[in-house]
Amino acid sequence: MRLRLVKENTNFDFFSRWKLWFGISAFLMVLSFGSFILQGLNYGIDFRGGTTIRTESPLPVDVGVYRDAIGALNLGDVTISEVFDPTFGPEQNVAMVRIQAQDGEEAVSSEVIAAVEAALVEVRPDIRFVSVESVGPKVSGELIQTAAIAVVLAIGAVLIYIWLRFEWQFALGAVIALVHDVILTIGIFSELQIKFDLAIIAALLTIVGYSLNDTVVVFDRVRENLIKYKKKDLKEVLNISINETLSRTFMTSATTLVALIALFVLGGDVIRGFVFAMIWGVIVGTYSSIFVASAILLWLGVKRDWTKPTDTTGNQFANVDA
Amino acid sequence: MLQIDLWKRLLIWTTVAVGLVLALPNLFYPRVEQHNDAVAAIELSGESPELLAQAAGWPSFMPSALVNLGLDLRGGAHLLAEVQVQDVYASRLEALWPEVRDVLRPERDTVGTIRLQPSAPGELRVRISQPEGMQRALELVRGLAQPVVSVTGALSNDLNVVADGADIVVTLSEAEQIATDERTMQQSLEIIRRRIDEVGTREPTIQRQGTDRILIQVPGIGSAAELKEIIGTTAQLTFQPVIGRTDDANTAPGVGNEVLPSLDETGVFYILEQAPVVTGEELVDAQPAFDQNGRPAVNFRFNPTGARKFGDYTAANIGNPFAIVLDNEVISAPVIQSHIPGGSGIITGNFSVEESTQLAVLLRAGALPAGLEFLEERTIGPELGQDSIDAGRIATLVAFAGVLIFMALSYGLFGIFANIALIINIGLIFGLLSLIGATLTLPGIAGIVLTVGMAVDANVLIFERIREELKTAKGPARAIELGYEKALSAILDANITTFITAVILFVMGSGPVRGFAITLGLGILTSVFTAIFVTRLLIVIWFERRRPKTIEV
Repeated sequence: MRLRLVKENTNFDFFSRWKLWFGISAFLMVLSFGSFILQGLNYGIDFRGGTTIRTESPLPVDVGVYRDAIGALNLGDVTISEVFDPTFGPEQNVAMVRIQAQDGEEAVSSEVIAAVEAALVEVRPDIRFVSVESVGPKVSGELIQTAAIAVVLAIGAVLIYIWLRFEWQFALGAVIALVHDVILTIGIFSELQIKFDLAIIAALLTIVGYSLNDTVVVFDRVRENLIKYKKKDLKEVLNISINETLSRTFMTSATTLVALIALFVLGGDVIRGFVFAMIWGVIVGTYSSIFVASAILLWLGVKRDWTKPTDTTGNQFANVDA
Repeated sequence: MLQIDLWKRLLIWTTVAVGLVLALPNLFYPRVEQHNDAVAAIELSGESPELLAQAAGWPSFMPSALVNLGLDLRGGAHLLAEVQVQDVYASRLEALWPEVRDVLRPERDTVGTIRLQPSAPGELRVRISQPEGMQRALELVRGLAQPVVSVTGALSNDLNVVADGADIVVTLSEAEQIATDERTMQQSLEIIRRRIDEVGTREPTIQRQGTDRILIQVPGIGSAAELKEIIGTTAQLTFQPVIGRTDDANTAPGVGNEVLPSLDETGVFYILEQAPVVTGEELVDAQPAFDQNGRPAVNFRFNPTGARKFGDYTAANIGNPFAIVLDNEVISAPVIQSHIPGGSGIITGNFSVEESTQLAVLLRAGALPAGLEFLEERTIGPELGQDSIDAGRIATLVAFAGVLIFMALSYGLFGIFANIALIINIGLIFGLLSLIGATLTLPGIAGIVLTVGMAVDANVLIFERIREELKTAKGPARAIELGYEKALSAILDANITTFITAVILFVMGSGPVRGFAITLGLGILTSVFTAIFVTRLLIVIWFERRRPKTIEV
């Protein structure tokens, strides 16, 4: 007996309520955007500048004690948070100390780091500093710029590739779906105030790649079916295509999610935010390739005559047994 | 029908075998690492029984390239330094003042008295008391300029000399600034590399980034602060009088003298006076050049005080050798040919062009030419790295097992074929990573896990397609063939688009992000290969043996 996520020969109508799905997506995007504007992202030091110190101690973390010790140094905004993780041993009590970039300093100041470490050692002699990272404001400004450029470039490159391989309506559909995924991911990071750093940008770009993967597979089938069913209307062709690829869509999402969830639970706290972004992206990306990308295709309409005089590989005559 | 040519089969198996053999050393990481270190040590300092035993821990006919572990996995320090290239302009112009004075002084009748004015950084301002003579003064100062070859190939002078009222303002021309920046960066890189090599850590990364930045990553070092100290120490360059030459390191040098080894001749030692004539702090520049006879040599220049000391000393010691000493090793001990006034001189010897270039670099490498400002620093403790490796390993194994079970349950025998391909796929990724000497970072592990999840996508596409084709009852062989044929365009399109994003990540990203891009990109290549070729070959072999009338996918 085989495991089937989707039963054979499904025949769902994905577009009977396509305006509703559009509405939901649009609403979520507005919500994300609003959260981004009102609340802002919880930028890590990569993008904001400053210093983070990761401490480890056999004794339980007492945030108040740490705060008092560092507070005496007058370093401005200092955040101290305890980190919990199932992978930690009983003697591992981890805290993250984040110090804002110091005013008027372009570079990183070792004195500040040394002073903070000394202050913490005084209250907790057995404390260890397992990682210390410090980014100057100059670099962090550039990093955020490069990151934004990278995302825009990736989306642009994809737009061009799909345009070349398909038609402009497909490219537009895919790209709007991508923008949808990126905005929703930024939205959830802003809403839940998860630390947003360089690794998250990598995750965003992977989401772009993954969501696209999904969209392209559906589009590929749409193209094939447009040739196969010349007389059916577009909505029907889209529905057939999505239903035909549905089993694959769920299988791939499921295997990817199985792998990602393993990483999320067991991979340690250092990359948890990163993995979270990817899990979210896989879910949103799968949704968007059906309800955003394809719906836009329906909305824009596509050309129906795909037979080219030279192109015999894609039509029904190419596969006749000789 | 289902057929794969013999040569294609051989090619596929060979590729798989080569990839897996390349990946093999990573399974025995500590042993291979020890082997590599021992081999390197033997090459450097000769054999010892201990080293030979370590080297024998891994057979030498096997590949021994390993995947480098990134700082976030191994622990270590990371610095991004910005070289303050403008510092050099200021010192260049400062050193120019005596020359300007000397050239104007004989013309006092026309230009009047000459006085150095307080100048903004990056310019030299000299006031003359008779502005009528400005034309002549400019002419003379311009005569000091040297031609520079700019990047565009156009020839221009290194100095811009203009009049501003009664002031002569000298600045470095744009071409010279670019050339100077380039030299400053080269020197800084060279010095930092030498400093770090002296400490002898494994595989440091010292890379230029952009026009004026240097990225330094040293695995296994305690903290970024420690690393800064190492880089910050200036090289001690001295010029010392030579008393004698010996091949016995234990020679009693006498009071006020010392015995120092030669840098490139082993077993040769020099007895030197301890007090240097001049130190490297007073050296302004050193460039490879040629002497009058066209032999490779090195030109060097001191600042005014260094020049005076050096001039006096050479005048009094013609025919005697003096030693150029760097960090207590004698680089060379040329004989003084003539009195060297003016602070610039030439070192001749039995140099090849490469040697003279290297000596010039070494001389310049004495001290960092410009200050460093640290823009980014990261220290990752080895414990955290080890924790990350452990967590990553367990997560990858669980993810892997989950996907394998899932595939087997969903597609039965075909799922098992896909699983074999997936295992080969992971082997190939590690093989490729080792081959190109890539660095594995924590996000890189995530990239591999993601690949595990996505690698099956190509197979899922094919299998789903075969299922569909089976419905139209064309017979199993035909269905398999059509499944592969029709799924191909979707597989290629999907993977090319993801590959594009991986490339963009690689180009735009840095550090860990780049590590992620590498594993993601390689993972796409290997997963397409294993899906299209390896599973297909497995299925074809199975099909040929069994000749099933019906198949279930």
